[in-house]
Amino acid sequence: MIIAQQKPVKDIAAMISDCKKVLLVGCAGCVTVCLAGGEKETEVLASSLRIMRKMEDNPLETVTYTATRQCDPEYVAALDNLTRDVDAIVSLACGVGVQYLAERFTDKWVVPALDTKFIGGSTVHGNWEEKCGLCGECILHRTGGICPIIRCSKSILNGPCGGSQYGKCEISKDVDCAWQLIYDRMKALGKLDKLMEFQPPKDWSKSRDGGPRKAVREDVMID
Amino acid sequence: MQYAPTVRIVEMPCSGTIDHRVLLQTFEDGADGVFVAGCMEGDCHFLKGNFRAKKRVRQVKKILDEIGFGGDRLDFFNLSAAQGQRFAEIVKEMTERVLQLGPNPLNKKAKKEGGAA
Repeated sequence: MIIAQQKPVKDIAAMISDCKKVLLVGCAGCVTVCLAGGEKETEVLASSLRIMRKMEDNPLETVTYTATRQCDPEYVAALDNLTRDVDAIVSLACGVGVQYLAERFTDKWVVPALDTKFIGGSTVHGNWEEKCGLCGECILHRTGGICPIIRCSKSILNGPCGGSQYGKCEISKDVDCAWQLIYDRMKALGKLDKLMEFQPPKDWSKSRDGGPRKAVREDVMID
Repeated sequence: MQYAPTVRIVEMPCSGTIDHRVLLQTFEDGADGVFVAGCMEGDCHFLKGNFRAKKRVRQVKKILDEIGFGGDRLDFFNLSAAQGQRFAEIVKEMTERVLQLGPNPLNKKAKKEGGAA
């Protein structure tokens, strides 16, 4: 899932300082699971902003709504009635949701309440780690299910660098060397020979190097 | 045993049911100070309710500090149902703290607005 974290409340307040009424839109997708922009976080942010503004003698009226997803047009369309009389929309979604709202509500000031951090998962409740670099062509079958693109600090594709010491990366003793993990796992699986197979250079045009990407499934398109 | 008439007790089934939203709402509704009394550590019937409440209170204190309201108006205490005396002490302590901090800043604004009207 997409992992995001809320911006400081003061930063969000500054973005809407000239507004009297705002709509705060949470998202029931990834940001609910990573506890950054779900229904609860939306209410907490609304309350924080109201308290702040009341203390400044400049009360703020808030409307809150949590969309099923902000990255699908039909769920964004459900906001039409709520947006009419607001001065701004605060999105508690990832960067995708903010852009979907900005595209639909062209005459509204749409601001992000979250910083979109990475694609990852939770290790324990309240702790998330980056796991996927969105490179566009998965190579996990060759690396024992461990992604060297995002879990190696240098995204090296052909083994560890000289900074690998006792299984740790030179950037921090808390960061595992991805290539040590890959080697250990492939060894345990008896597949070390797979690491010796020749691999052509990675096609980075399938990643961000190729510009904004699209995925198309004509069979599921309606009309 | 006596305690100051300054407190209003809101009963919860377990301190672990306390929510960030509820705590913030109390201040929006005009409370000058709030304290959450959870069971003694190790005595939670649901095992971790009081620990969770403590963490949530800490987080809301952080938010209140961040927005300039002041986290000192909120606190968490461990207290058993048999500690009436200690409860009275905590009420006294919180009352004194709140008296020092002054009224809820939102109340002052509300009064001003009311006065102008």
